[in-house]
Amino acid sequence: MNLIVIGVNHQTAPVEVREQFAIPEARLPEAVKSLASHPGVEEAMIVSTCNRVELVARLKDGQADIRECMKTLYGVDPAPYRKHLYEFRDREAIKHVFRVASSLDSMVVGEPQILGQVKEAYATARAVGAIDSQLDALLSRAFAVAKRVRTETLIATSAVSVASVAVELAQKIFGNLEGKSVYLVGAGKMCELAARHLLAHGAKKIYVGNRTFERAAAMAKKFNGEAIPFERLYDTVDLADIVITSTGAPHTIFRKEHGEKFLNKRRNRPMFFIDIAVPRDVDPEMNKLDGIFVYDIDDLQQVVSSHITDRKAEADRAEAIVENEVEKFLARLQTLDVVPTIVSLQEHLETVRQAEIDRVRGRLGSLSPEQEMAVDALTKGIINKIMHTPITTLKTAARESSEATTVIDLVRKLFNLREGKKTATGEESAVSTEKTGVRN
Amino acid sequence: MPLIWLRVAVAFYSVGLVYSILLLSKRGNLLAKVVEPAVGFGLIFHFVSLVESFVLSGHVSLASVHNSESILAFLAMVVFFVFFVGYRTVSPGIVIFPIVFVLTLASAIGQKPVALTSPLLRSGWVFVHVVLIFTGYAGLFLSFGASLLYIIQERTLKSKHPARLSSWLPPLETIDEICYNSLLFGFPFMTLGLAAGSVLAIEKYGPFFFYDPKILLSFLMWIVYMLLLYMRWSSGWRGRRAALLATIAFVVALGAWAANYFSRVHSFRS
Repeated sequence: MNLIVIGVNHQTAPVEVREQFAIPEARLPEAVKSLASHPGVEEAMIVSTCNRVELVARLKDGQADIRECMKTLYGVDPAPYRKHLYEFRDREAIKHVFRVASSLDSMVVGEPQILGQVKEAYATARAVGAIDSQLDALLSRAFAVAKRVRTETLIATSAVSVASVAVELAQKIFGNLEGKSVYLVGAGKMCELAARHLLAHGAKKIYVGNRTFERAAAMAKKFNGEAIPFERLYDTVDLADIVITSTGAPHTIFRKEHGEKFLNKRRNRPMFFIDIAVPRDVDPEMNKLDGIFVYDIDDLQQVVSSHITDRKAEADRAEAIVENEVEKFLARLQTLDVVPTIVSLQEHLETVRQAEIDRVRGRLGSLSPEQEMAVDALTKGIINKIMHTPITTLKTAARESSEATTVIDLVRKLFNLREGKKTATGEESAVSTEKTGVRN
Repeated sequence: MPLIWLRVAVAFYSVGLVYSILLLSKRGNLLAKVVEPAVGFGLIFHFVSLVESFVLSGHVSLASVHNSESILAFLAMVVFFVFFVGYRTVSPGIVIFPIVFVLTLASAIGQKPVALTSPLLRSGWVFVHVVLIFTGYAGLFLSFGASLLYIIQERTLKSKHPARLSSWLPPLETIDEICYNSLLFGFPFMTLGLAAGSVLAIEKYGPFFFYDPKILLSFLMWIVYMLLLYMRWSSGWRGRRAALLATIAFVVALGAWAANYFSRVHSFRS
């Protein structure tokens, strides 16, 4: 498989460079088409996201100049960007595709979007006919690998942003957030983000309190919530299960005695204070009350960074899975390469056999069914006996990568076999390769 | 034969015991995947053992089972599974499994206790009394277990220690619900059980049955039980305070159990 991947990503190139290579969604089909029709390119696809651009191509003989093609694709000469571009071939290229799909190459390792983006890129390339059997097999394997990584490691389980950690903690306290209410004290951007996350996870009602009532009203309108005048803050906060504070107040707004009052009014139902203000709005003493949980921005950050470390540890396990899958895929590819040759070899010999039988038919006179069968068995037996060793050799050669192509070429030349039949397109081929893989 | 099934049940329950020990010693929940089917099989064999005892003896009564501990363990497990189905969490098992294991083990290896000859034991009413009270106990055990979990989870959340946050425990509010609902569940059984016992005792011993240590302790337990329910219902007691009350109720329950040895009414020797 003459596979090549050329690309830029967040590690190799700053955003100014990535911008140069990014392809807007609308232009993508046309771009893939032009890459696939570049001389020497058999199949191609392009993944273009804000963090990476990957040109994946299978070449006829490994000689096609993809960089030349990039010139026409982008209208710029890629030469000045050489240090930002990476290039992988064959084994390394397969590994890279697997890693990208499994989100191991992402800025936030384990983030789930990239798999969807690769799937979209694949769908686009297929829609314009740029993908044939081999890339198809590669990509369907890549999706399976991504799934395996996702299920066998904990890489994607932990939340890695302050807002998502806030949701995670709220779920540890309240379980399902369905029907829970949220009170925003202060109308800052972070508040809004956290509230959005909580709403997305089922929180029902939003209250907003802010020193300037107009801002509170504006924010409440966004969430279809309720704005509450700031003077009524202490009387109303106990309505909410989750309180997010982000005011610019120079001293704490909520102190332990407030907490006691809230708990009393709530008949000890727990409350969760998320304090993202600096200086803090909630007195840390309040965390000592039974039933009140206070997390400030540092606490949340600490959880975030520990989750990121967890992910790194899991990423090592994921890398091992990818490595193992690359080996499996390569092994399958090689046996795959040899299958068409064996099939056409057998077909060729069968036609010879039939032709010979037909030729001597007249001289044999009329044969009883038993004799007919004996002739058949005899001729078939001779062929099978003779061909046994060459076919075994072919199969073994296939597994030892270095010899594979030479042996296959030799056999093809010796028996004057033409190019093996290619399976038509897409899905069917993915399925049939799957089957061949199993059989071998 | 019933004894063999009971021993098989003990073997299955031991998985639950190991699970609890591993969790409590912070070795992680290695057995998380097997513990649920294991104790489930344990329960099935336990059931088979009980049914067979009844069939062999020809009547459903206390006299036909090897040891009443076995019935208590069985009911505790049934109540545990009722709540497991409702909340999909085995976590209260860290308290239930050891209790069940010890009770079942005791009745599976222990000799048949001194032959209790009292004809009372053959009475279906006594059996009903015992089963009702035991179901009440089971609810109390579960609530006690859950209130310990509540404290653990509360501490974890308050510690803000990220590594500990990714724990095996269910959300705080779920634990609280288990705590409260198991109490609610057990209370009517306990009440009816005590009522049935009182009626039986008045019939047999007259009104003086009340000055019996076991009976006094049982009524004390019932009062703590009711207090616990009332405090939760009226002022939403949970966490430390609820756990404290549950612990008191649990200790009194143990005392009431142990009082068998001092109780005249429950000695059943004629």
